[in-house]
Amino acid sequence: MTTTAFSHSASAPVARAQKGRSTALLLAGIPIGLTLLVLTMLCSIAFGAADISPHVVVDAIFAFNPENTHHLIVHTLRIPRAAVAVMVGASLAVAGAIMQGITRNPLADPGILGIQTGAALGVVVAVYFFNIGSLTLYALFAFTGAALTAATVYALGSLGRGGPTPFKLTIAGAALTALLSSLTTLLLLFDQTTLEEVRFWMAGSVAGRDLSLLFQAMPYLTAGLVIALALGRQITTISLGEDVARGLGQNIAWVKGLSAIAVVLLAGGAVAVAGPIGFIGLVIPHAVRTIVGVDYRWVLPYAALTGAIFLLGADIAARMVLHPTELPVGVMTALIGGPFFIYLVRWRVKR
Amino acid sequence: MTTEPWVIVRNAQLPISVRIDRRVPPVLAGVTLATLTLMVINIGVGEYPIAPLDVVKTVLRLPADNADYHFVVNVLRLPRMLVAASVGLALGVAGAIMQGITRNPLAEPGIIGISAGASLAAVTFIVVVRSASAGVVSLAAFIGAALAALLIYLLAWRKGDSPIRLVLVGIGLGSVASALTTLMMTFGDIYDVQRAMIWLTGSVYGRSWAEFWALMPWVTIFAPVALLLARDLNVFNLGEEVAGGLGSRVALKRGLLLLTVVALAGASVAAAGAIGFVGLIAPHLARRLVGPLHEGLLPVAGVLGAFIVVAADLAGRTLLAPIELPCGLMTAAIGAPFFLYLLIQAHRR
Amino acid sequence: MLKARDLTLAYDDKTIIIEALGLTIPAGKITALVGPNGCGKSTLLRGLARLLKPRQGVVLLNGQDIHRLPTRTLAKQLGILPQGPVAPEGLTVRELVAQGRYPHQSWFQQWAADDEAAVTRALEITGMLPLADRPVDALSGGQRQRAWIAMTLAQETEIILLDEPTTFLDLAHQIEVLHLLERLNREEGRTIVMVVHDLNHATRHAQHIVALRKGCVVASGDPHTVVTQELLREVFGVDADIIPDPRTGLPLCLPYGLTHEQGVEAKIEAGR
Repeated sequence: MTTTAFSHSASAPVARAQKGRSTALLLAGIPIGLTLLVLTMLCSIAFGAADISPHVVVDAIFAFNPENTHHLIVHTLRIPRAAVAVMVGASLAVAGAIMQGITRNPLADPGILGIQTGAALGVVVAVYFFNIGSLTLYALFAFTGAALTAATVYALGSLGRGGPTPFKLTIAGAALTALLSSLTTLLLLFDQTTLEEVRFWMAGSVAGRDLSLLFQAMPYLTAGLVIALALGRQITTISLGEDVARGLGQNIAWVKGLSAIAVVLLAGGAVAVAGPIGFIGLVIPHAVRTIVGVDYRWVLPYAALTGAIFLLGADIAARMVLHPTELPVGVMTALIGGPFFIYLVRWRVKR
Repeated sequence: MTTEPWVIVRNAQLPISVRIDRRVPPVLAGVTLATLTLMVINIGVGEYPIAPLDVVKTVLRLPADNADYHFVVNVLRLPRMLVAASVGLALGVAGAIMQGITRNPLAEPGIIGISAGASLAAVTFIVVVRSASAGVVSLAAFIGAALAALLIYLLAWRKGDSPIRLVLVGIGLGSVASALTTLMMTFGDIYDVQRAMIWLTGSVYGRSWAEFWALMPWVTIFAPVALLLARDLNVFNLGEEVAGGLGSRVALKRGLLLLTVVALAGASVAAAGAIGFVGLIAPHLARRLVGPLHEGLLPVAGVLGAFIVVAADLAGRTLLAPIELPCGLMTAAIGAPFFLYLLIQAHRR
Repeated sequence: MLKARDLTLAYDDKTIIIEALGLTIPAGKITALVGPNGCGKSTLLRGLARLLKPRQGVVLLNGQDIHRLPTRTLAKQLGILPQGPVAPEGLTVRELVAQGRYPHQSWFQQWAADDEAAVTRALEITGMLPLADRPVDALSGGQRQRAWIAMTLAQETEIILLDEPTTFLDLAHQIEVLHLLERLNREEGRTIVMVVHDLNHATRHAQHIVALRKGCVVASGDPHTVVTQELLREVFGVDADIIPDPRTGLPLCLPYGLTHEQGVEAKIEAGR
């Protein structure tokens, strides 16, 4: 039987936990992370097509002058952009971490498993058929798309013997992504206006997003984050193996169900606001696990912080690379995350 | 004695014998006939309708009622049909090989990164070199496919190749190529972008003899190569270790099979864009009809693939006439019910 | 016959499983490879079957290095059944067994009369003829294993290697398979090498036992010589009673405790 042998650090959780990650250190890391986050946000706000000095930025925040163009830029463009990046980065990173923990699949990611493509299709359907303006309905369609895709991917990946192994899930995700993007293309080909409207968004971008958009998505993203953080301990147990978890008396169905809801809220909401931005959910959990260990009570909050910082950084890079033209940040994350995925496959997959 | 499951042809004097599942000859004949019929019908349909009998006459250069038929059939529609059928054949066979090597029912040539590389090359040409001719785009696509395949192989190679690693690396590379393709589409002119999207979905619109002759050598060489390697595919399907134990030179044969997939898939994408799901569905259907042995599975999957593409093209041309939907959209549309079918089937077991 | 000389086997640079091992597999007998988990018995079997390239040393078949023999020639003399093989959906028993003829076939000669005869005989010996047209995945565990063994039989090799042929089978099926192997050895004179977990299976059905621990051969010989209390302590770390099997007189092991547990207690006693 061809089983995919993964050398997965999570297979020796006890040994790793004993690598002395004291709670004190972990707790101390959080304020450090938060500080880093604020600093990165300030960088993001200060940087852009128009050169605005940090001193002006601070002024814009605390002594806002509606006559000042720079202040206007900061308020209407840069701050929303940074805020979106923070929320979306955090959401996607946490969604990916949950998926990797629950499916015990180091390659899991809302993009690779097709969930983002499903959410994107939902949004395109919304724009095409219903000409939706309000984000609430956008988001609803995104969630539906994400939920249906998640269920289908899991079911398809479980076909045949052995249940949902990482290899089968990944192939199922790729197959489903192909299908969903074809269907999306179908709709976009039919209507040029829809295409115009969504093509930049389809590349994944945090630019040009109204803050009100973000506010409308906030409840969902926050709900997703809260559920995720609450499930930290249970996810850790499941990541040791479902039989182990059952033996310890855990109700697996509930945990999986709630986790799925969290993933849908987080990934769906992120896509609704910023379009499909891939690979954050893949890369960040790995990076975080090497620092923090495999206890998801710590992995999840750190993933949120790191994801936010990462997306902010990627966005700054996307603006720098072809200055003053802006790359969609989704391309940036793909350029970083794609090679990382390949690295994981090359060095971790044995047969 | 139960009815023999096989048809055996054995020569008494020469050491030649052939064995094939008894279902194969009738199924192969039936599907081939169906495909040819569909092709004839497809040629006859359109803004300038031609009766099927006349189509056949014109193709065979027999005198038909109307002299114009020659142009419409032999110059416009016949090459398009032949390209569609050949692409379908190539994809069906490539898909069967992929599923055999990876032992995964969802593996298909479209998801392993080769199409994504070809698509990136083609879209870049369409959007950047704005008035690129179809032939140039085709060539770019083929080179893109070849480069992608090479890159994937190099990246996945680590003390030997592993089909699982190859597929996973292909998926990863495909994602990156996809993102870059989307990037190209953000910056292009909207009409170019639409053209690119049509190319991406896969279409045989406007395909002429040039595309057919460019495609032919690849199919003529590599489809038979696949057939010659059918026995090896059979033992690979039992597991790499069993195959090795039975005396198959696994690394060599697998390399040849992968090369065949790249050649067939690359040539198909170059000819008609990234038509998806044919390589996924045709082998499944073939397996249901003639069983898992590849001597019969490969030809039947090929002809079924041809059938699917020709049918998709016909549907695309007739559903919303006079608007032509690219056949790649039609094949994608049957992808969804196909997945549903897979799931229901598994559930019933 | 089949011989390993100075054999070193490893999976990658760091993990050397077997080092400088020498072993002779006696012809015409059933040999059992036994040992605790991780001792390298499966690795050794794969090395003998040419599924693993040796770092050092050589495996000789009738005096020839198996890695220099053409793959097909070797496959006509040596067959291996790996652990837990999986057949593709819908494949019938007959089709599976027919695959065993691979080394004897070519592009031109796909199904000679010999092939047909070999398959029929293999099905007969394993008692699978009535089930020949059933799909393999519809069979019970024991039947499935017999179908796979039939495939190896159709290969018509003198030597058959089997990796844990009875693990995961229930009691009745285990006996089914072991009796079949005995019959093959007795009636056809085939050399059989099998990796087994259950030591009593080994003593009851094998004439030659090789005990491995941490990649080294600790003992090899007939059951009476090899299966002793000392061996069980050294190789498996268990204390056992050895009594003669009521049916065959061969040694039967009945473990009753862990060796090092006693050792710990002894240390505590000594420390007092």
